[in-house]
Amino acid sequence: MQSTAQPNKLRWGELDEDDGDDLDFLLPPKQVIGPDENGIKKVIEYKFNDDGNKVKITTTTRVRKLAKAHLSRRAVERRSWDKFGDAVHEDVGSRLTMVSTEEILLERPRAPGSKQEEAKVAGDSLAQLGKGGAVLMVCRTCGKKGDHWTSRCPYKDLAPPTDDKPAASEVVTATTGASNRAYVPPSMRAGAERTGTDMRRRNEENSVRVTNLSEDTREPDLQELFRPFGSITRVYVAIDQRTGLSRGFGFVNFVNREDAERAINKLNGYGYDNLILRVEWATPRSN
Amino acid sequence: MRPILMKGHERPLTFLKYNRDGDLLFSCAKDHTPTVWFADNGERLGTYRGHNGAVWSCDVSRDSLRLVTASADQTAKLWNVQTGAQLFSFNFGSPARSVDFSVGDKLAVITTDPFMELSSAIHVKRIAKDPSEQIGESVLVIKGPQGRINRAVWGPLNKTIISAGEDAVIRIWDSETGKLLEESDKENGHRKTITSLCKSADGSHFLTGSLDKSAKLWDIRSLTLIKTYVTERPVNAVAMSPLLDHVVLGGGQDASAVTTTDHRAGKFEAKFFDKILQEEIGGVKGHFGPINALAFNPDGKSFSSGGEDGYVRLHHFDADYFNIKI
Repeated sequence: MQSTAQPNKLRWGELDEDDGDDLDFLLPPKQVIGPDENGIKKVIEYKFNDDGNKVKITTTTRVRKLAKAHLSRRAVERRSWDKFGDAVHEDVGSRLTMVSTEEILLERPRAPGSKQEEAKVAGDSLAQLGKGGAVLMVCRTCGKKGDHWTSRCPYKDLAPPTDDKPAASEVVTATTGASNRAYVPPSMRAGAERTGTDMRRRNEENSVRVTNLSEDTREPDLQELFRPFGSITRVYVAIDQRTGLSRGFGFVNFVNREDAERAINKLNGYGYDNLILRVEWATPRSN
Repeated sequence: MRPILMKGHERPLTFLKYNRDGDLLFSCAKDHTPTVWFADNGERLGTYRGHNGAVWSCDVSRDSLRLVTASADQTAKLWNVQTGAQLFSFNFGSPARSVDFSVGDKLAVITTDPFMELSSAIHVKRIAKDPSEQIGESVLVIKGPQGRINRAVWGPLNKTIISAGEDAVIRIWDSETGKLLEESDKENGHRKTITSLCKSADGSHFLTGSLDKSAKLWDIRSLTLIKTYVTERPVNAVAMSPLLDHVVLGGGQDASAVTTTDHRAGKFEAKFFDKILQEEIGGVKGHFGPINALAFNPDGKSFSSGGEDGYVRLHHFDADYFNIKI
């Protein structure tokens, strides 16, 4: 009531040309109520609207406590303890504590959700291949599969095949017993576990190449972008060693091929940081 | 996650310990100065200067005021956590290996190595409330096991002491009389040196890691074998999540074999296992040498590992970790 009486002394026409700030003294002070036990906070403000009428604005907000680690009072006190021992004379440049530049993930031994049986099935099929001995034995000279080893290629010197077919039993010993005539890497020997090669290959499995990334895109950004499509085993953004900036491309590996496919369909041509992303299957490394 | 790397030690790490509130992290290494760090950002708070040999282990009191360290300089020292001042030094005739405060912090168990003609021993010391009244006398000395005793910890209600070491046998002793109560048998027990021992958050069971490439979970009262976790490398350090049913094993091959191995095959990762299903959940890589020490923050949201490479790596888990499914 008081406040409405005061403005009468002023002429509104003059006031319009002034800054709005000058009128503020005419308004009742800002009131803040709360936050109460439910976290509800009320802020009551007054201001003049465009027509010069006084408006009361009530803003009600709820202050929510984040599920933050609760710190004991003692721990808070310890926070302000003085340094002691060698920590007192610590150089600014000593950099004892650094945050890793590398994003470390908890690497899963196999795709989450997949059962151990599946791995077994895969192992069986490989074992069967080994038993047949056919696919593993490829001649590098003539390209014939399952017939002979490169060193025994009948066409090596364009000589006529001396003994046309090495006895079947001999082939079997070559594959299983790793005969001493030709070196067979342990991982290629029949019956060997193929985990080693599998592990090396894992980096290239279901790999998606992302290009046209903006310079300040980092691995967590990519991970955030691709995570909705399925579980990711690896995220990599090429970083220029000298400048520390992204080189504009990166790779994302998915656990499931379908997820990768969906990501490609969805994100190819997607606008990200003012750039149009290009998302495609990564071409396997040549070597 | 992006781990925080702490390079305060010049020699391999030997032990890591969080205080009860989980805001301080104590690290021991083969250099002579145990160090305390803030566990959230990895900032160094201080060092405890005074030891003259490798420091093998430490323990911090529940109120985070006292620190006790065991060192190869044949002493165990009591420290003021806040100032780094040495309060007392227990002198032994042989290197001290492991320390553990009892519940209530009134007692401490300290193990000493075999040295010269002395055999290894477990010492129980009374910790005075006022450090000026502290005396060095042992309340109880237990002798018997052959070889080093790598870890000795208190059992429930301070009634027992659990020890494990080079002879691969886990023993439970009466903490009053020093009588041997239980012993792990050959059938279930470890086959090689037990390197580490870690109690669960509630103290009902404990985990041992051994050079026989396995870790075993035991009931703390009856010493019955509950679970076995098998890995492909010697286990140097074990930790148990206080929050989830996860156990973490760290290790690596012998120092002599490190340089001849590729780091990818080096198995310098911390391996996570499901405590109940005994199945591997995943691995966290990063160290350039075997992991010698592991510790879980009491809130279960971060863990740290210390390696032969002299680094402490502090990992704060991503949100994904908390809903990992097998």
